[in-house]
Amino acid sequence: MKRKHKRLTFVGVALLLLAAAAALVLTAFEDSIVFFYSPTDLISKKPAPDRRLRLGGLVEEGSVEKPGAGLVLFRVTDTAQAVDVSFTGILPDLFREGQGIVAEGHLIKGVFMADNVLAKHDENYMPPEVAEALKKSGQWQGNEKEKTQ
Amino acid sequence: MDGFASYLNMGGHGGFIWSAYGMVFIVLLGLWLISRRYVRLSKAQLDHLDQKRPHRQESQTDET
Amino acid sequence: MIFHKYANPTRFLKLASLIQPWAAAATVLLFLSGLYFALLASPGDYQQGETVRIMYIHVPAAWMAMFCYTAMAVAAAVGLIWKHPVADLAARATAPIGACFTFLALFTGSLWGKPMWGTWWVWDARLTSVLILFFLYLGYMALANAFDDPARGSKASAILALVGVVNVPVIKFSVDWWNTLHQPASVVKMSGPAIHPSMLIPLILMALAFKAYYIWVLLIRMRAEINEGKIRSLRLRQVHAGQPPDAAGDKITQAVN
Repeated sequence: MKRKHKRLTFVGVALLLLAAAAALVLTAFEDSIVFFYSPTDLISKKPAPDRRLRLGGLVEEGSVEKPGAGLVLFRVTDTAQAVDVSFTGILPDLFREGQGIVAEGHLIKGVFMADNVLAKHDENYMPPEVAEALKKSGQWQGNEKEKTQ
Repeated sequence: MDGFASYLNMGGHGGFIWSAYGMVFIVLLGLWLISRRYVRLSKAQLDHLDQKRPHRQESQTDET
Repeated sequence: MIFHKYANPTRFLKLASLIQPWAAAATVLLFLSGLYFALLASPGDYQQGETVRIMYIHVPAAWMAMFCYTAMAVAAAVGLIWKHPVADLAARATAPIGACFTFLALFTGSLWGKPMWGTWWVWDARLTSVLILFFLYLGYMALANAFDDPARGSKASAILALVGVVNVPVIKFSVDWWNTLHQPASVVKMSGPAIHPSMLIPLILMALAFKAYYIWVLLIRMRAEINEGKIRSLRLRQVHAGQPPDAAGDKITQAVN
Protein backbone atom coordinates (compact mmCIF):
# COMPACT_ATOMS: atom_id res chain seq x y z
CA MET A 1 0.00 0.00 0.00
CA LYS A 2 2.73 2.43 0.90
CA ARG A 3 4.52 2.19 -2.43
CA LYS A 4 1.26 2.73 -4.27
CA HIS A 5 0.62 5.91 -2.32
CA LYS A 6 4.14 7.07 -3.02
CA ARG A 7 3.66 6.53 -6.76
CA LEU A 8 0.29 8.29 -6.66
CA THR A 9 1.75 11.36 -4.93
CA PHE A 10 4.71 11.36 -7.29
CA VAL A 11 2.51 11.25 -10.40
CA GLY A 12 0.18 13.90 -8.95
CA VAL A 13 3.01 16.31 -8.10
CA ALA A 14 4.73 15.70 -11.44
CA LEU A 15 1.50 16.49 -13.31
CA LEU A 16 0.99 19.70 -11.33
CA LEU A 17 4.54 20.86 -12.06
CA LEU A 18 4.09 19.97 -15.71
CA ALA A 19 0.84 21.92 -15.95
CA ALA A 20 2.50 24.93 -14.33
CA ALA A 21 5.46 24.72 -16.71
CA ALA A 22 3.13 24.42 -19.71
CA ALA A 23 1.11 27.43 -18.56
CA LEU A 24 4.29 29.50 -18.19
CA VAL A 25 5.61 28.54 -21.61
CA LEU A 26 2.29 29.19 -23.34
CA THR A 27 1.95 32.58 -21.64
CA ALA A 28 5.51 33.52 -22.57
CA PHE A 29 4.96 32.66 -26.22
CA GLU A 30 1.45 34.09 -26.40
CA ASP A 31 2.49 36.55 -29.08
CA SER A 32 3.58 33.86 -31.50
CA ILE A 33 0.66 31.52 -30.75
CA VAL A 34 -1.85 34.22 -31.65
CA PHE A 35 -2.89 33.56 -35.23
CA PHE A 36 -3.70 37.11 -36.29
CA TYR A 37 -3.63 40.73 -35.13
CA SER A 38 -6.72 42.87 -34.86
CA PRO A 39 -6.74 46.30 -36.57
CA THR A 40 -6.21 47.89 -33.12
CA ASP A 41 -3.14 45.70 -32.49
CA LEU A 42 -1.77 46.50 -35.91
CA ILE A 43 -2.20 50.26 -35.58
CA SER A 44 -0.62 50.34 -32.11
CA LYS A 45 2.28 48.01 -33.02
CA LYS A 46 3.24 49.61 -36.34
CA PRO A 47 5.15 46.59 -37.68
CA ALA A 48 7.95 46.99 -40.25
CA PRO A 49 6.78 46.75 -43.87
CA ASP A 50 8.97 43.70 -44.53
CA ARG A 51 7.35 41.69 -41.77
CA ARG A 52 4.76 39.23 -42.98
CA LEU A 53 1.79 39.04 -40.67
CA ARG A 54 -1.90 38.30 -40.47
CA LEU A 55 -4.74 40.72 -39.92
CA GLY A 56 -8.09 39.46 -38.67
CA GLY A 57 -11.44 41.16 -38.27
CA LEU A 58 -14.75 41.80 -39.96
CA VAL A 59 -15.14 43.12 -43.48
CA GLU A 60 -16.67 46.55 -42.94
CA GLU A 61 -20.18 46.90 -44.34
CA GLY A 62 -20.19 48.85 -47.61
CA SER A 63 -16.39 48.98 -47.87
CA VAL A 64 -15.82 46.37 -50.59
CA GLU A 65 -14.75 47.81 -53.95
CA LYS A 66 -13.83 45.83 -57.03
CA PRO A 67 -12.14 48.25 -59.47
CA GLY A 68 -11.39 45.39 -61.86
CA ALA A 69 -8.53 43.05 -62.88
CA GLY A 70 -9.15 40.91 -59.79
CA LEU A 71 -8.26 43.77 -57.46
CA VAL A 72 -10.37 43.95 -54.30
CA LEU A 73 -10.25 46.83 -51.83
CA PHE A 74 -11.98 46.62 -48.47
CA ARG A 75 -11.65 47.65 -44.86
CA VAL A 76 -11.17 45.24 -41.97
CA THR A 77 -12.57 46.42 -38.68
CA ASP A 78 -12.71 45.28 -35.07
CA THR A 79 -15.41 47.96 -34.48
CA ALA A 80 -12.82 50.16 -32.69
CA GLN A 81 -10.28 50.62 -35.50
CA ALA A 82 -10.21 49.75 -39.19
CA VAL A 83 -7.42 49.02 -41.67
CA ASP A 84 -7.56 49.35 -45.47
CA VAL A 85 -6.78 46.12 -47.28
CA SER A 86 -5.76 45.63 -50.89
CA PHE A 87 -5.89 42.17 -52.40
CA THR A 88 -5.58 40.71 -55.87
CA GLY A 89 -6.88 37.21 -56.43
CA ILE A 90 -9.72 34.84 -55.78
CA LEU A 91 -11.66 35.32 -52.56
CA PRO A 92 -13.06 32.37 -50.58
CA ASP A 93 -16.78 31.55 -50.92
CA LEU A 94 -17.61 32.84 -47.47
CA PHE A 95 -16.09 36.29 -48.09
CA ARG A 96 -18.80 38.91 -47.76
CA GLU A 97 -19.46 42.16 -45.95
CA GLY A 98 -19.87 41.67 -42.22
CA GLN A 99 -18.00 38.36 -42.40
CA GLY A 100 -14.91 37.56 -40.33
CA ILE A 101 -11.75 37.14 -42.38
CA VAL A 102 -8.01 36.72 -41.90
CA ALA A 103 -5.71 38.39 -44.44
CA GLU A 104 -2.02 37.48 -44.81
CA GLY A 105 0.45 40.03 -46.11
CA HIS A 106 2.41 43.18 -45.25
CA LEU A 107 1.44 46.54 -43.81
CA ILE A 108 2.83 49.17 -46.16
CA LYS A 109 2.19 52.87 -45.46
CA GLY A 110 -0.97 52.13 -43.51
CA VAL A 111 -2.45 49.86 -46.19
CA PHE A 112 -2.45 46.13 -45.66
CA MET A 113 -1.24 44.52 -48.90
CA ALA A 114 -2.72 41.03 -48.65
CA ASP A 115 -1.49 38.11 -50.74
CA ASN A 116 -3.96 35.67 -49.24
CA VAL A 117 -7.42 36.03 -47.71
CA LEU A 118 -8.98 33.31 -45.52
CA ALA A 119 -12.60 33.35 -44.38
CA LYS A 120 -13.55 32.67 -40.78
CA HIS A 121 -16.96 31.28 -40.05
CA ASP A 122 -18.76 31.48 -36.74
CA GLU A 123 -19.88 28.68 -34.48
CA ASN A 124 -23.58 29.06 -35.31
CA TYR A 125 -25.12 26.41 -37.48
CA MET A 126 -28.71 26.69 -38.74
CA PRO A 127 -30.79 26.27 -41.87
CA PRO A 128 -31.12 29.40 -44.07
CA GLU A 129 -34.86 29.77 -43.30
CA VAL A 130 -34.14 29.88 -39.58
CA ALA A 131 -31.39 32.46 -40.05
CA GLU A 132 -33.80 34.55 -42.15
CA ALA A 133 -36.54 34.33 -39.53
CA LEU A 134 -34.16 35.25 -36.71
CA LYS A 135 -32.88 38.25 -38.62
CA LYS A 136 -36.40 39.44 -39.36
CA SER A 137 -37.50 39.21 -35.77
CA GLY A 138 -34.36 41.12 -34.77
CA GLN A 139 -33.21 38.47 -32.34
CA TRP A 140 -29.92 37.98 -34.08
CA GLN A 141 -27.59 40.14 -36.17
CA GLY A 142 -26.60 37.50 -38.67
CA ASN A 143 -22.84 37.92 -38.36
CA GLU A 144 -20.05 37.96 -35.84
CA LYS A 145 -20.32 41.62 -34.87
CA GLU A 146 -21.31 41.10 -31.29
CA LYS A 147 -18.48 38.70 -30.66
CA THR A 148 -15.49 40.65 -31.90
CA GLN A 149 -12.85 40.99 -29.25
CA MET B 1 -31.39 10.62 -62.28
CA ASP B 2 -30.83 14.37 -62.45
CA GLY B 3 -31.92 14.76 -58.83
CA PHE B 4 -29.45 12.12 -57.80
CA ALA B 5 -26.61 13.78 -59.69
CA SER B 6 -27.34 17.10 -58.06
CA TYR B 7 -27.53 15.37 -54.68
CA LEU B 8 -24.05 13.88 -55.27
CA ASN B 9 -22.81 17.29 -56.34
CA MET B 10 -23.75 18.76 -52.92
CA GLY B 11 -23.92 22.34 -54.14
CA GLY B 12 -20.53 22.09 -55.83
CA HIS B 13 -18.69 20.74 -52.80
CA GLY B 14 -19.45 17.06 -53.35
CA GLY B 15 -15.78 16.23 -53.84
CA PHE B 16 -14.86 17.50 -50.39
CA ILE B 17 -17.86 15.99 -48.61
CA TRP B 18 -17.67 12.55 -50.18
CA SER B 19 -13.90 12.31 -49.73
CA ALA B 20 -14.34 13.11 -46.04
CA TYR B 21 -17.04 10.46 -45.56
CA GLY B 22 -15.09 8.00 -47.71
CA MET B 23 -11.95 8.38 -45.61
CA VAL B 24 -13.91 7.90 -42.38
CA PHE B 25 -15.42 4.72 -43.82
CA ILE B 26 -12.05 3.36 -44.98
CA VAL B 27 -10.21 4.12 -41.72
CA LEU B 28 -12.92 2.82 -39.36
CA LEU B 29 -13.53 -0.32 -41.42
CA GLY B 30 -9.79 -0.88 -41.80
CA LEU B 31 -9.08 -0.52 -38.08
CA TRP B 32 -11.91 -2.92 -37.28
CA LEU B 33 -10.62 -5.53 -39.76
CA ILE B 34 -7.03 -5.21 -38.52
CA SER B 35 -8.14 -5.52 -34.89
CA ARG B 36 -10.24 -8.59 -35.69
CA ARG B 37 -7.33 -10.19 -37.54
CA TYR B 38 -5.08 -9.40 -34.57
CA VAL B 39 -7.41 -11.16 -32.12
CA ARG B 40 -7.91 -14.15 -34.42
CA LEU B 41 -4.23 -14.72 -35.08
CA SER B 42 -3.32 -14.30 -31.42
CA LYS B 43 -6.07 -16.76 -30.47
CA ALA B 44 -4.83 -19.29 -33.05
CA GLN B 45 -1.30 -18.97 -31.79
CA LEU B 46 -2.41 -19.32 -28.18
CA ASP B 47 -4.37 -22.49 -28.98
CA HIS B 48 -1.38 -23.83 -30.86
CA LEU B 49 0.89 -23.23 -27.85
CA ASP B 50 -1.71 -24.60 -25.45
CA GLN B 51 -1.90 -27.89 -27.32
CA LYS B 52 1.80 -28.45 -26.86
CA ARG B 53 1.42 -28.26 -23.08
CA PRO B 54 0.96 -31.46 -21.07
CA HIS B 55 -2.11 -30.32 -19.09
CA ARG B 56 -4.20 -28.33 -21.48
CA GLN B 57 -7.82 -27.12 -21.26
CA GLU B 58 -8.58 -26.82 -17.53
CA SER B 59 -5.45 -24.89 -16.60
CA GLN B 60 -6.30 -22.27 -19.19
CA THR B 61 -8.69 -20.27 -17.06
CA ASP B 62 -7.14 -20.34 -13.63
CA GLU B 63 -3.47 -20.41 -14.41
CA THR B 64 -2.74 -18.59 -17.61
CA MET C 1 -4.82 -5.91 -3.07
CA ILE C 2 -2.68 -8.36 -4.96
CA PHE C 3 -3.98 -9.20 -8.39
CA HIS C 4 -3.21 -12.64 -9.59
CA LYS C 5 -1.38 -12.27 -12.85
CA TYR C 6 -4.29 -13.23 -15.07
CA ALA C 7 -7.20 -13.58 -12.67
CA ASN C 8 -8.36 -10.13 -13.57
CA PRO C 9 -8.12 -10.45 -17.34
CA THR C 10 -10.21 -13.60 -17.13
CA ARG C 11 -12.99 -11.80 -15.33
CA PHE C 12 -12.61 -8.96 -17.79
CA LEU C 13 -12.95 -11.35 -20.74
CA LYS C 14 -16.28 -12.59 -19.40
CA LEU C 15 -17.57 -9.04 -19.13
CA ALA C 16 -16.16 -8.17 -22.55
CA SER C 17 -17.91 -11.02 -24.33
CA LEU C 18 -21.14 -9.85 -22.69
CA ILE C 19 -20.77 -6.24 -23.86
CA GLN C 20 -19.19 -6.78 -27.28
CA PRO C 21 -22.28 -7.88 -29.28
CA TRP C 22 -24.25 -4.94 -27.87
CA ALA C 23 -21.49 -2.51 -28.77
CA ALA C 24 -21.35 -3.97 -32.29
CA ALA C 25 -25.12 -3.68 -32.75
CA ALA C 26 -25.17 -0.15 -31.34
CA THR C 27 -22.34 0.91 -33.67
CA VAL C 28 -24.14 -0.35 -36.78
CA LEU C 29 -27.55 1.06 -35.80
CA LEU C 30 -26.19 4.44 -34.71
CA PHE C 31 -24.09 4.79 -37.86
CA LEU C 32 -27.04 3.94 -40.09
CA SER C 33 -29.40 6.39 -38.39
CA GLY C 34 -26.66 9.00 -38.02
CA LEU C 35 -25.75 8.80 -41.70
CA TYR C 36 -29.40 9.03 -42.69
CA PHE C 37 -29.78 12.30 -40.81
CA ALA C 38 -26.30 13.59 -41.73
CA LEU C 39 -26.59 13.04 -45.47
CA LEU C 40 -30.32 13.04 -46.22
CA ALA C 41 -32.64 14.32 -43.53
CA SER C 42 -30.87 17.52 -42.48
CA PRO C 43 -30.79 20.97 -44.08
CA GLY C 44 -27.82 22.87 -45.46
CA ASP C 45 -26.33 25.70 -43.42
CA TYR C 46 -27.24 29.39 -43.91
CA GLN C 47 -23.57 30.24 -44.42
CA GLN C 48 -21.82 27.07 -45.45
CA GLY C 49 -24.46 25.28 -47.50
CA GLU C 50 -24.00 21.53 -47.88
CA THR C 51 -20.40 21.61 -46.66
CA VAL C 52 -21.75 21.70 -43.12
CA ARG C 53 -22.28 17.93 -43.49
CA ILE C 54 -18.55 17.42 -42.93
CA MET C 55 -19.19 18.68 -39.39
CA TYR C 56 -21.13 15.48 -38.57
CA ILE C 57 -17.98 13.39 -38.92
CA HIS C 58 -15.31 15.98 -38.18
CA VAL C 59 -16.62 17.05 -34.77
CA PRO C 60 -17.28 13.50 -33.43
CA ALA C 61 -13.82 12.42 -34.64
CA ALA C 62 -12.24 15.38 -32.87
CA TRP C 63 -14.21 14.72 -29.66
CA MET C 64 -13.18 11.07 -29.71
CA ALA C 65 -9.55 12.02 -30.41
CA MET C 66 -9.54 13.96 -27.12
CA PHE C 67 -11.69 11.47 -25.25
CA CYS C 68 -9.47 8.52 -26.23
CA TYR C 69 -6.35 10.38 -25.15
CA THR C 70 -7.86 11.19 -21.78
CA ALA C 71 -9.02 7.58 -21.37
CA MET C 72 -5.58 6.33 -22.39
CA ALA C 73 -3.80 8.64 -19.94
CA VAL C 74 -6.13 7.65 -17.07
CA ALA C 75 -5.68 3.95 -17.86
CA ALA C 76 -1.92 4.41 -18.14
CA ALA C 77 -1.86 6.20 -14.76
CA VAL C 78 -3.87 3.41 -13.11
CA GLY C 79 -1.48 0.89 -14.64
CA LEU C 80 1.53 2.87 -13.45
CA ILE C 81 0.33 3.58 -9.91
CA TRP C 82 -1.71 0.51 -8.98
CA LYS C 83 -0.01 -1.95 -11.36
CA HIS C 84 -3.41 -2.98 -12.63
CA PRO C 85 -2.78 -5.31 -15.62
CA VAL C 86 -6.08 -4.66 -17.41
CA ALA C 87 -5.53 -0.91 -17.21
CA ASP C 88 -2.21 -1.21 -19.05
CA LEU C 89 -3.90 -3.27 -21.74
CA ALA C 90 -6.74 -0.76 -22.05
CA ALA C 91 -4.23 2.06 -22.56
CA ARG C 92 -2.34 0.05 -25.19
CA ALA C 93 -5.56 -0.93 -26.97
CA THR C 94 -6.89 2.65 -26.98
CA ALA C 95 -3.84 4.26 -28.60
CA PRO C 96 -4.34 3.06 -32.20
CA ILE C 97 -8.07 3.84 -32.07
CA GLY C 98 -7.38 7.35 -30.78
CA ALA C 99 -4.71 7.84 -33.43
CA CYS C 100 -7.22 6.89 -36.14
CA PHE C 101 -9.80 9.33 -34.76
CA THR C 102 -7.18 12.09 -34.63
CA PHE C 103 -6.12 11.38 -38.19
CA LEU C 104 -9.78 11.54 -39.28
CA ALA C 105 -10.33 14.82 -37.45
CA LEU C 106 -7.30 16.34 -39.22
CA PHE C 107 -8.20 14.89 -42.61
CA THR C 108 -11.89 15.85 -42.60
CA GLY C 109 -10.99 19.23 -41.10
CA SER C 110 -8.67 19.88 -44.00
CA LEU C 111 -11.42 18.95 -46.48
CA TRP C 112 -13.76 21.30 -44.64
CA GLY C 113 -11.21 24.11 -44.41
CA LYS C 114 -10.40 24.26 -48.12
CA PRO C 115 -13.90 25.20 -49.35
CA MET C 116 -14.85 27.29 -46.29
CA TRP C 117 -11.69 29.07 -45.11
CA GLY C 118 -9.84 28.89 -48.40
CA THR C 119 -6.95 26.79 -47.10
CA TRP C 120 -6.21 23.13 -46.37
CA TRP C 121 -4.11 23.91 -43.34
CA VAL C 122 -2.98 26.80 -41.14
CA TRP C 123 -0.67 26.77 -38.16
CA ASP C 124 -3.18 28.19 -35.71
CA ALA C 125 -3.31 27.07 -32.08
CA ARG C 126 -6.18 24.60 -32.55
CA LEU C 127 -4.86 22.82 -35.62
CA THR C 128 -1.30 22.70 -34.33
CA SER C 129 -2.29 21.28 -30.93
CA VAL C 130 -4.35 18.54 -32.60
CA LEU C 131 -1.38 17.66 -34.82
CA ILE C 132 0.71 17.37 -31.62
CA LEU C 133 -1.97 15.04 -30.23
CA PHE C 134 -1.54 12.82 -33.29
CA PHE C 135 2.23 12.67 -32.75
CA LEU C 136 1.69 11.87 -29.05
CA TYR C 137 -0.39 8.84 -30.03
CA LEU C 138 2.28 7.69 -32.49
CA GLY C 139 5.00 8.22 -29.89
CA TYR C 140 2.99 6.29 -27.31
CA MET C 141 2.55 3.31 -29.65
CA ALA C 142 6.21 3.31 -30.67
CA LEU C 143 7.38 3.49 -27.06
CA ALA C 144 4.93 0.87 -25.78
CA ASN C 145 6.33 -1.66 -28.26
CA ALA C 146 9.97 -0.59 -28.10
CA PHE C 147 10.97 -2.92 -25.25
CA ASP C 148 11.37 -6.68 -25.13
CA ASP C 149 9.70 -6.64 -21.75
CA PRO C 150 6.11 -5.32 -22.21
CA ALA C 151 6.01 -4.18 -18.56
CA ARG C 152 8.87 -1.76 -19.25
CA GLY C 153 7.17 -0.62 -22.46
CA SER C 154 3.96 0.07 -20.57
CA LYS C 155 5.82 2.05 -17.93
CA ALA C 156 7.75 4.22 -20.36
CA SER C 157 4.73 4.86 -22.57
CA ALA C 158 2.54 5.61 -19.52
CA ILE C 159 4.93 8.41 -18.58
CA LEU C 160 4.73 9.81 -22.12
CA ALA C 161 0.91 9.59 -22.03
CA LEU C 162 0.82 11.50 -18.73
CA VAL C 163 3.22 14.19 -19.93
CA GLY C 164 1.13 14.64 -23.07
CA VAL C 165 -2.10 15.01 -21.14
CA VAL C 166 -1.43 18.77 -20.72
CA ASN C 167 -2.13 19.05 -24.42
CA VAL C 168 -5.79 18.04 -23.99
CA PRO C 169 -6.99 21.23 -22.22
CA VAL C 170 -4.80 23.23 -24.60
CA ILE C 171 -6.74 21.75 -27.53
CA LYS C 172 -10.10 22.32 -25.87
CA PHE C 173 -9.49 25.94 -24.88
CA SER C 174 -7.13 26.99 -27.70
CA VAL C 175 -10.01 28.68 -29.51
CA ASP C 176 -10.84 30.72 -26.39
CA TRP C 177 -7.34 31.53 -25.15
CA TRP C 178 -5.88 32.69 -28.44
CA ASN C 179 -7.43 33.98 -31.61
CA THR C 180 -7.46 31.25 -34.22
CA LEU C 181 -8.83 30.64 -37.68
CA HIS C 182 -10.83 27.76 -36.23
CA GLN C 183 -14.22 28.77 -34.86
CA PRO C 184 -14.98 28.41 -31.13
CA ALA C 185 -17.04 25.58 -29.60
CA SER C 186 -20.67 25.25 -30.62
CA VAL C 187 -22.07 22.44 -28.51
CA VAL C 188 -20.07 22.43 -25.30
CA LYS C 189 -20.35 25.98 -24.05
CA MET C 190 -22.05 27.87 -21.26
CA SER C 191 -24.88 29.42 -23.24
CA GLY C 192 -26.05 26.14 -24.74
CA PRO C 193 -25.54 24.80 -28.23
CA ALA C 194 -25.41 27.27 -31.12
CA ILE C 195 -26.59 24.57 -33.50
CA HIS C 196 -30.13 24.30 -34.75
CA PRO C 197 -31.90 21.10 -33.53
CA SER C 198 -32.17 19.79 -37.11
CA MET C 199 -28.37 19.77 -37.21
CA LEU C 200 -27.83 18.74 -33.62
CA ILE C 201 -29.63 15.40 -34.18
CA PRO C 202 -27.18 14.03 -36.79
CA LEU C 203 -24.25 15.41 -34.79
CA ILE C 204 -25.30 13.64 -31.60
CA LEU C 205 -26.17 10.38 -33.38
CA MET C 206 -22.80 10.34 -35.12
CA ALA C 207 -21.02 11.17 -31.85
CA LEU C 208 -22.75 8.20 -30.18
CA ALA C 209 -21.89 6.00 -33.17
CA PHE C 210 -18.21 6.92 -32.84
CA LYS C 211 -18.32 6.18 -29.12
CA ALA C 212 -19.98 2.78 -29.66
CA TYR C 213 -17.38 1.99 -32.32
CA TYR C 214 -14.64 2.84 -29.85
CA ILE C 215 -16.04 0.48 -27.21
CA TRP C 216 -16.47 -2.28 -29.77
CA VAL C 217 -12.97 -2.08 -31.24
CA LEU C 218 -11.44 -1.46 -27.80
CA LEU C 219 -12.87 -4.77 -26.54
CA ILE C 220 -11.58 -6.61 -29.63
CA ARG C 221 -8.11 -5.14 -29.22
CA MET C 222 -7.99 -5.80 -25.46
CA ARG C 223 -8.87 -9.42 -26.14
CA ALA C 224 -5.92 -9.60 -28.51
CA GLU C 225 -3.62 -7.90 -25.99
CA ILE C 226 -4.66 -10.44 -23.33
CA ASN C 227 -3.92 -13.30 -25.75
CA GLU C 228 -0.52 -11.79 -26.43
CA GLY C 229 0.18 -11.70 -22.69
CA LYS C 230 -0.79 -15.35 -22.31
CA ILE C 231 1.36 -16.31 -25.29
CA ARG C 232 4.29 -14.53 -23.68
CA SER C 233 3.93 -16.28 -20.37
CA LEU C 234 3.54 -19.68 -22.07
CA ARG C 235 6.69 -19.01 -24.09
CA LEU C 236 8.62 -18.11 -20.96
CA ARG C 237 7.46 -21.33 -19.36
CA GLN C 238 8.56 -23.28 -22.43
CA VAL C 239 12.00 -21.71 -22.24
CA HIS C 240 12.16 -22.63 -18.55
CA ALA C 241 11.15 -26.18 -19.35
CA GLY C 242 13.94 -26.35 -21.92
CA GLN C 243 11.66 -26.65 -24.94
CA PRO C 244 12.66 -24.81 -28.12
CA PRO C 245 10.75 -21.55 -28.58
CA ASP C 246 8.03 -21.63 -31.18
CA ALA C 247 9.48 -19.80 -34.17
CA ALA C 248 6.50 -20.14 -36.50
CA GLY C 249 4.18 -18.47 -34.04
CA ASP C 250 6.56 -15.58 -33.60
CA LYS C 251 6.18 -14.56 -37.20
CA ILE C 252 2.41 -14.48 -36.97
CA THR C 253 2.41 -12.02 -34.09
CA GLN C 254 4.94 -9.72 -35.68
CA ALA C 255 2.99 -9.59 -38.92
CA VAL C 256 -0.11 -8.34 -37.14
CA ASN C 257 1.26 -5.73 -34.85
